[in-house]
Amino acid sequence: MDVVIAGTGMHPWGKWGRPFTEYGVAAARAALRDAGLDWTEVQYVVGADTIRNGYPGFVAGATFAQALGWTGARIASCYAACASGAQAIDIARTRILAGLCDVALVVGADSTPKGFFRPVGGDRPDDPDWLRFRLLGATNPAYFALYARRRMALYGDTPQDFAAVKVKNALAGSLNENARYRRTATAEEVLASPMVADPLRLMDICATSDGGAAVVLASADYARRRGLSTAVRLAAVSTVTPAFPNTVLELPCFATDSTAAVPPPERTFRASIAHAAYEEAGIGPQDLSFAEVYDLSTALELDWAEDVGLAPPGEAGKLLRAGDTALGGRIPVNPSGGLASFGEAIPAQAIAQVCELARQLRGTAGARQVVNARAGLAANQGLFGHGSAIIAVS
Amino acid sequence: MAAPAIDGWFVTDDGAVYLLGTRCADCRTVYFPPQTGFCRNPHCAGEDLAPARLSRRGTVWSYTNACYPPPAPFVAAEPYTPVTLAAVELSEEGIVVLGQVKDLAVEDLRVGMELELTSGALADGPEVWMWGRP
Repeated sequence: MDVVIAGTGMHPWGKWGRPFTEYGVAAARAALRDAGLDWTEVQYVVGADTIRNGYPGFVAGATFAQALGWTGARIASCYAACASGAQAIDIARTRILAGLCDVALVVGADSTPKGFFRPVGGDRPDDPDWLRFRLLGATNPAYFALYARRRMALYGDTPQDFAAVKVKNALAGSLNENARYRRTATAEEVLASPMVADPLRLMDICATSDGGAAVVLASADYARRRGLSTAVRLAAVSTVTPAFPNTVLELPCFATDSTAAVPPPERTFRASIAHAAYEEAGIGPQDLSFAEVYDLSTALELDWAEDVGLAPPGEAGKLLRAGDTALGGRIPVNPSGGLASFGEAIPAQAIAQVCELARQLRGTAGARQVVNARAGLAANQGLFGHGSAIIAVS
Repeated sequence: MAAPAIDGWFVTDDGAVYLLGTRCADCRTVYFPPQTGFCRNPHCAGEDLAPARLSRRGTVWSYTNACYPPPAPFVAAEPYTPVTLAAVELSEEGIVVLGQVKDLAVEDLRVGMELELTSGALADGPEVWMWGRP
């Protein structure tokens, strides 16, 4: 049995200052319209949780179902940090594959405060996320910067390379009506923006945004029976965790696992996320038409390009400089404009990536359209060991 | 010396600062911060995790700084000077440990250079482990 993406919807990203439920409902209604399905026909709702909005944030499935109007539909809620959306999609498609429902709605939305993400309030000395701020002042960009500096030392990448990623993604984002940042950027602007965490500058680092995204998933049989679009098939959802010992310093950790007793695994965690998706889909990186990867920083997009197999380790910069990863290039990376143009709305972001996969694969991405797009991969990683990679094909 | 900002993660002995981890008696995997109760190696059923002092010297895996004051619960000094951070690889333990860097800025650091464990005070007083010049 196949699961298809029958519809997608988004509330534009921004800093709107309204309750997250509004963004989620707007995205859900847009996805239902796109699918040509009435809300009352949805059998199952999965909400990706936000943790910044108090009580209703933690019960997102019910929050969205109530806001859309109680119908008695069954629900689930899940939290997997940045990977929440992928897990929500996995829960919905698994229920469809199990034959327990025919059609499901997956929704994620967030409202974010200004500035650095900070830990949940109060004195919580048992929480590593609280402690890394208290003892080290280690913000999320600090970890991104450690990875960026490591690339520079190992592979010879430069701040100019990182700026080129921003320029590329800003151009794609300028063509996306749902992006928060619609202005193109020059390398000079990026390199003149304030240093935040050396070597990363303000324009190298993704913002925190408000936004909402939703997808309608259905069994291919149901979609055909009901005349819904069957053009885009969900070919794989990878939600793998790291293998011990995890030798990459992950936020919010103080240290890596130790290799004193067990040698490092064959693949790093990020590489294993995409690998599992390729295995499930039965395709490889050479079969992709484009990829959406989690560019929390410009430099991290280069790490991801290697981790998902578009280039050997250390050679993503070469791919970038050749224009291969730009719109119109051999293998566009982040044709949506990526986090560079959106900023991060955590529970919505992995779903937004899938919205871009579906639009590209249906050929409705407008000025961002990747020519003859047949297969797309979306990859991200959530805090605390949450992998997320989704492959869709047309 | 001021009170430690966290109990049981580092110790100062005869002027030398040591990170305090634990080591599994069965498989010898090392943990920092100290892991207690059970070993996290999936192939090991060990439940005897003994305190272990980690190597005091390691090589820089990577480094950065915080050009803007980090948010609470961090307490920033006023006037604020950028906090420098280094992730340091301890070869014997096969582990990379993050820490603030004492008296060195990013311009003074490079990947692969050797640093040694020391300690320093947070802006509101308590001591924390820091990486410093050997």
